[in-house]
Amino acid sequence: MAKMLLVDYEKCTGCRLCELVCSVKHTGASNPSRANVHVVKWEDEGFYLPMLCQHCLEAPCRSVCPTDAIYRDEELNRIMVDYDLCIGCKACVAACPFGAMGFDEAEKRVIKCDVCDGDPLCVRFCDMKAIDYVEATTSHFDKMRDASRNFAELMAKAHGQ
Amino acid sequence: MALNRKVAYINLSTGEIRKEDIPIEWRKKFIGGRGLDAYLLYKNNPSGIDAFDPENRVLISAGIAVGTLASASARTHIMSKSPLTNFLGSANMGGWFAPELRWAGFDHLVIWGKAPQPVYLWIHNGEIDIRDAKDIWGENLYDMQTLLRQELEDNEIQTLCIGPAGENLVRFANVMTGRKNAGGRTGMGAVLGSKNLKAVACRGTMDIKIKYPEEALKYNEELINQVISTKVSQTMQRWGTMFIYGTTNSTGLIRTRNFQLNQLVGGSNIECENLDKVSIGLDGCFGCQVHCRHRYIIKDGPYAGTYAQGPEYTSQGAFGTEVGCNNLNTILVGNHLVNSCGLDTLETGSMMAWAMELYENGILTDKDTDGLKLEWGNDEAVLELIKKIATREGIGDILAEGPLRAAKKIGKGSEKYLVHVKGMSNLHSDERPTPSLALGIATGSRGSDHLRSRPAIDLYNLPLPVLEKVYRQPDGYDGPLTSGYNEYEGKPRIVMWQELCYMAVDCTGMCKYHTVFLSPNHPNFPEFAKMIYYNTGLEFTPKEIWDIANRCYTIERLFNIREGLTRKDDWLADRYFDEPTKLGLPVAYNKSIDRKKFKAMIDEYYGLHKWDNNGVPTPELLKELDIAEFYPEGDREKGEGK
Repeated sequence: MAKMLLVDYEKCTGCRLCELVCSVKHTGASNPSRANVHVVKWEDEGFYLPMLCQHCLEAPCRSVCPTDAIYRDEELNRIMVDYDLCIGCKACVAACPFGAMGFDEAEKRVIKCDVCDGDPLCVRFCDMKAIDYVEATTSHFDKMRDASRNFAELMAKAHGQ
Repeated sequence: MALNRKVAYINLSTGEIRKEDIPIEWRKKFIGGRGLDAYLLYKNNPSGIDAFDPENRVLISAGIAVGTLASASARTHIMSKSPLTNFLGSANMGGWFAPELRWAGFDHLVIWGKAPQPVYLWIHNGEIDIRDAKDIWGENLYDMQTLLRQELEDNEIQTLCIGPAGENLVRFANVMTGRKNAGGRTGMGAVLGSKNLKAVACRGTMDIKIKYPEEALKYNEELINQVISTKVSQTMQRWGTMFIYGTTNSTGLIRTRNFQLNQLVGGSNIECENLDKVSIGLDGCFGCQVHCRHRYIIKDGPYAGTYAQGPEYTSQGAFGTEVGCNNLNTILVGNHLVNSCGLDTLETGSMMAWAMELYENGILTDKDTDGLKLEWGNDEAVLELIKKIATREGIGDILAEGPLRAAKKIGKGSEKYLVHVKGMSNLHSDERPTPSLALGIATGSRGSDHLRSRPAIDLYNLPLPVLEKVYRQPDGYDGPLTSGYNEYEGKPRIVMWQELCYMAVDCTGMCKYHTVFLSPNHPNFPEFAKMIYYNTGLEFTPKEIWDIANRCYTIERLFNIREGLTRKDDWLADRYFDEPTKLGLPVAYNKSIDRKKFKAMIDEYYGLHKWDNNGVPTPELLKELDIAEFYPEGDREKGEGK
């Protein structure tokens, strides 16, 4: 079954280790500006949200690409860039609604999440699992269970337990 | 790579800025961070000057592993001559400033002079500009960071800054970054204030090349597992540092009512579990999995709705136990106030507790306090007094001078109520039952402090084999060690070991929660060696790192001696010897420090350090450490950052 990256903002502590390991893995350097994930912080409110490619089914980056360099890899359920076809026009950078398509000045090419070929380091290093890599078709069951917990407690009370 | 960051020499009087490479010899001798700061301060600071003299240097640095795949490599170090103690000033903070400084191209800033009007530094991708700070001068620490991001039109900027307390030259003003990361101790914020330097803003997108990326990633995972597999880290991940109180208060190891009691009786309201009522989640510094503090919203009183971070164990003592307040909201608000004003939470709490004891004894009266009833547990008075200190209003103006100067102003025997070493107040810990901890605060190079040399694991009464595994290495110590924390024997070694371990950590820029501070199983010298190698390619043996730490610590000692430190400054307040503890479990009850045994401890400690009987490093030691030219009476390079 195909997996997906799932972000839970309530778990994120804002440490940005995901950015660090992502940039080292993909560039050999510590440099968040070259990472494919970024923790957006609303520091006056204390709200942190890791932002990264959603690997959309109807991916705007793919739609706008004039050379069909962006394609879907069904096996890993991910959107990838074929750099042999990419002309570096950055239309995808403009089109992505999440800001998840970046441009790497050093390599002179667009960059995005490739789920580390199935073992995403951002997930491996996040012990809070604010970013998790889960089965796409069943990932919502955990959320359902959490959301239904209140009802379960109420029912237990109603039954005098 | 990680070694190509620069040092910048910045003269605020003339606006002159010089950028230089950091010689590889410095890396080999001092590694970086606090160690290299100590060298640069010793070399460049004219001796005997006032801390507020424009010639006083301020060093701001990121350690050699900051921003790399070291565990929690987030720490900024700041060093100068302290306006609080007149000795070494040194403070350390987490957050994101230090990594950003490195991504912007710099490891060390050497700042001196005085700007003609308020300025801030803007450091971005190898460039440094001095900019007008008139629009942020006077602003609190939260708002000014937001304002700077707006002014420079970049939300990713990280800022080291001072608050109103630093501007007002409160002698224990801190420097901060973010909502709560504070370089709190020794008044570094006041030194920046005296230079009209409100902030250092950083933004960088430059690579820190990792020498062996694959190995470094793998080793980082190992390090993280080593740290978060311990129970103490897991507890901290859930509750933050306030969890410590549960043990220390129930044992009787906490200063209450200044120094009168060693337990806050009925103090369950301020147990860490209460934080769940206000917490909206935890917060981690750069690259850290321990995330030791909460993000919280104040729920009650005039500050309801305010978002802040923390509070740490220190604030729990400062606005809880020391001042006799058993009210979580007072701690939450007090913590918010010191952070937004830029005050050292620990010194602020201690000064207030001292003032309250003076009030209780009639040395301070309503006339002195403008009617403020400084009674134990008076929550409103505590919060009011914080503001008065930050703004130097009324009694606050006197307390803002720090322990010794304030005692001199007040007179009337007030000095004997102080709980300080070298003019800096202690944490709210009570060291009377624990000679090793007492030795640590008496001898620490920045005055009374728990993060300079505290052998905190001594409090666990660990089995001897565990202690031996930690404390016999890496130099093969074969002297005594003891496991009971009431003991005097064998403790000087563990204080010295922790001293050098913390120095090594501060050279790398890692956090002390990731070394042997609260767990014997956390990384130390062997792990530092591997981590430095994988990330930078520099090869050190564990023993070489020990020697480097010893070199750097010795330079700090030499700095203090040059500024007039003598053996009598390595000593505790009389109360430690004369007033036995009144509460607690048998291990903590009716304890005081034995003068004679304590003196013998100091002798042994000096001996281990190869310092002479007066605490002065011997010429032989300096030769051994390859810093013979630093002998106090010897020739010393002077001048502007040569």
